[in-house]
Amino acid sequence: MLGYYLELGLRSFRNARALTALMVISIAMGIGASMTTLTVLHVLSGDPLPDKSARLFYPQVDPQDADDYAPGDKPPAQVTWNDGMALLREHRGERQALMTGGGVPVQPDQASIDPFNVDARFTSADFFPMFEAPLRFGHAWTAADDDARARVAVISSVLNDKLFAGADSTGRTLRLNDVAFRIIGVLDAWRPSPHFYDLNMGGYSNNEDVFVPLATAHELHMSHNGSTDCWKEHSGESDAENAPCVWLQYWVELRSADQAAAYKDYLVHYSQQRKEAGVFQRPPNVALNDLNGWLDFNKVVPSDVRLQVWLALGFLIVCLVNTVGLMLAKFLRRGTELGVRRALGASRREIFKQLLVEAGAIGLAGGAGGLLLALGGLWLVRQQPSDYASLAHLDLAMLGLTFALSVGATLVAGLLPAWRACQVSPALQLKST
Amino acid sequence: MDILPILSTLRRHKISALLVILEIALTCAIVCNAVFLITKRIERTHMPSGIAEHELVMLNIFGIGRDDNGAARASEDLALLRQIPGVKSVTLVNEVPFTNSSWNTGVSLTAEQKRSTLNATQYFGEHLIETFGLQLVEGRDFQPDEYMDFYDVQNSTKVRPAGVIITRSLAERLWPGQSALGKQMFLGDSSVRVVGVVAALIRPSIFGGDETAQWSMIFPLRMDTRYASRYVIRTAPDQRDRVIAAAAKALRGADPHRILFRKGTLDEERAKFFRNDVAMSGLLSAVCAALLIVTALGIVGLASFWVQQRTRMIGVRRALGATRSQILRYFQTENFLLSSIGIALGMLAAWGVSLALMQHYELPQLPLAYLPGGALALWLLGQLAVWGPARRASLIPPVEALRS
Repeated sequence: MLGYYLELGLRSFRNARALTALMVISIAMGIGASMTTLTVLHVLSGDPLPDKSARLFYPQVDPQDADDYAPGDKPPAQVTWNDGMALLREHRGERQALMTGGGVPVQPDQASIDPFNVDARFTSADFFPMFEAPLRFGHAWTAADDDARARVAVISSVLNDKLFAGADSTGRTLRLNDVAFRIIGVLDAWRPSPHFYDLNMGGYSNNEDVFVPLATAHELHMSHNGSTDCWKEHSGESDAENAPCVWLQYWVELRSADQAAAYKDYLVHYSQQRKEAGVFQRPPNVALNDLNGWLDFNKVVPSDVRLQVWLALGFLIVCLVNTVGLMLAKFLRRGTELGVRRALGASRREIFKQLLVEAGAIGLAGGAGGLLLALGGLWLVRQQPSDYASLAHLDLAMLGLTFALSVGATLVAGLLPAWRACQVSPALQLKST
Repeated sequence: MDILPILSTLRRHKISALLVILEIALTCAIVCNAVFLITKRIERTHMPSGIAEHELVMLNIFGIGRDDNGAARASEDLALLRQIPGVKSVTLVNEVPFTNSSWNTGVSLTAEQKRSTLNATQYFGEHLIETFGLQLVEGRDFQPDEYMDFYDVQNSTKVRPAGVIITRSLAERLWPGQSALGKQMFLGDSSVRVVGVVAALIRPSIFGGDETAQWSMIFPLRMDTRYASRYVIRTAPDQRDRVIAAAAKALRGADPHRILFRKGTLDEERAKFFRNDVAMSGLLSAVCAALLIVTALGIVGLASFWVQQRTRMIGVRRALGATRSQILRYFQTENFLLSSIGIALGMLAAWGVSLALMQHYELPQLPLAYLPGGALALWLLGQLAVWGPARRASLIPPVEALRS
């Protein structure tokens, strides 16, 4: 029966080409706009480390002065050198890493390439296993390298391609800011998005090209990037060990999410100890977000993207209302044909089914058109200036959703016209012909 | 034109009529708000900067390795840049408008106050006012002997700048209705007096809302290459490209052991700074256009259906003496009625959408002036869309009354 209904549907499309085309275009535009914006939202609100994000935490403590403290104030978004180092030494998680972004001049051996600046990450050994950074060649550094302030570097595959034409460069020398580093590892393609471990660099920025031990970078006074907040005046550099400034990110991996409460107690305890030692002045003020909690707290997904989704959904609704109207016109115009079918014995139910099959077919065609429009829309998004632009690609899940949404929405839009059209009384329609 | 026959016909096409009304209402609500958002975005891209944008170029250059002689490096660079033909003025600054990297600090009105009043940005650099082309509206520029080395201020808690020049917007926020000249402001543990006020100077990154965009302060501090890497040069608009190239060559020639990280005109930096707003307003405009097209096509579709359905009725009316233009006007009036109901509902919905947007996106309320504009647009759209089908209806010959 389904095949017959489809055939009837196709015939009716041929009879009302303009009306059918209008409906398909209308659905396609609504679906295309919705899928474009939903795909962008989907990509941007993705979990960068789905299998362990619930176990990764971002601890915060509050080392600021007491005089401007009001209960309920949030602790600073980053940690000081001293706190970061103390937490790292006390080693209360499975893994932990202290880090900051930086910029370093790279001085290639080849005379053909001028020195250039790259984004760098200065961090500690656990960074790589904790964030599951994949290595193409070599290995990451160890805690012993951190302690020894070893002059070792892990580089990105992009930099490796640029300097060593993609060959295994481990063991070779890389000159950074006039200092020779030994390359010990080359990362595979890796771009966690959002750039969760340091949101100061832009929520969706590219990965750094050079990774060196934090202690080494600090000793060499490599310049750090990102946000530095000082809560009182001080002389000297803001990244000095005792400076009243927060500028480092600290991440910890716990064995299970259940241990978060215990770790938070530890942070309170740590703050109390510091206060007793006269270093902290405020009452213990700590926070411990897991990875996704931290992304939510920082409102990483741009509000423009959410606004675009609402706009597109509004557009889709208008397109659907439009389709309901057109479908109603189309079905009612076929009163005679439907009347004949009723007179020949087709039940109302069967007519209803027939019309819904037709609606579904329009939905499928609209979905296909919508898919093309969404691909075009995403291409347009990729031409945009934002740092997330290059991430906007359709995946299989969104492809499936396009068709499901399209057919589903058109069927819903078809319910009213189909119900209305199958109310025709066979006799009346036959008489008027 | 008699409206009653139209109403009685519409009563028999309740569902279709309601759908047209609903579509017009939704389109009206969305378009009014979208146009408002577009206007806001475009307005934002015209935010004043206070600087002589078309005359400025910037070069961001920094040395490789340790820089032990930053002051000498800076004065040699500045002297070289001044020698380039066409260069009017040069400065080495810690931050530049539109480049997103900024130095900010809390500002208080009294020494006792525990929490600062607001957060403002700090510009440092010798000859900054002259080079940027800022317009002094009160007080004076810094005297040459007031400049101190930033290095000395940074490395001592005793050396403090002799004065500060602030923007009019910051002055009005701190001391509403009063002259800021001679007033004292507190930054951390030290204080400084206002010696001058400039008309405007935009901060390099606007993170605290657009109302804070002009909260800038200028201090008489001389930068060196240890702490600052941005040279800003003022020249004639048509000399900019040549000056950039000459400056890059001069700086590299003076010390090749460094990296020229970024260079360009301030016009380019401005365009980059606001490109997200431009992109968003483009996207909103595209959606508005698509919405209006879909709605128009919907009206065309339904009106054609109605004309087809009422062919016989039209024939009868024509046979009874109705003129073509009366038939035409019949469908136009019908569309006008439906549009008007849709627009009335749409305005209410537009208001509702605006309230929701205000709550979630910190947008100002939709000004009432947008509503008549939206109404007019949809009335016009409806009349344009119905024109074709209505004209076809008016061409139906009276003889149709006999065929059935």
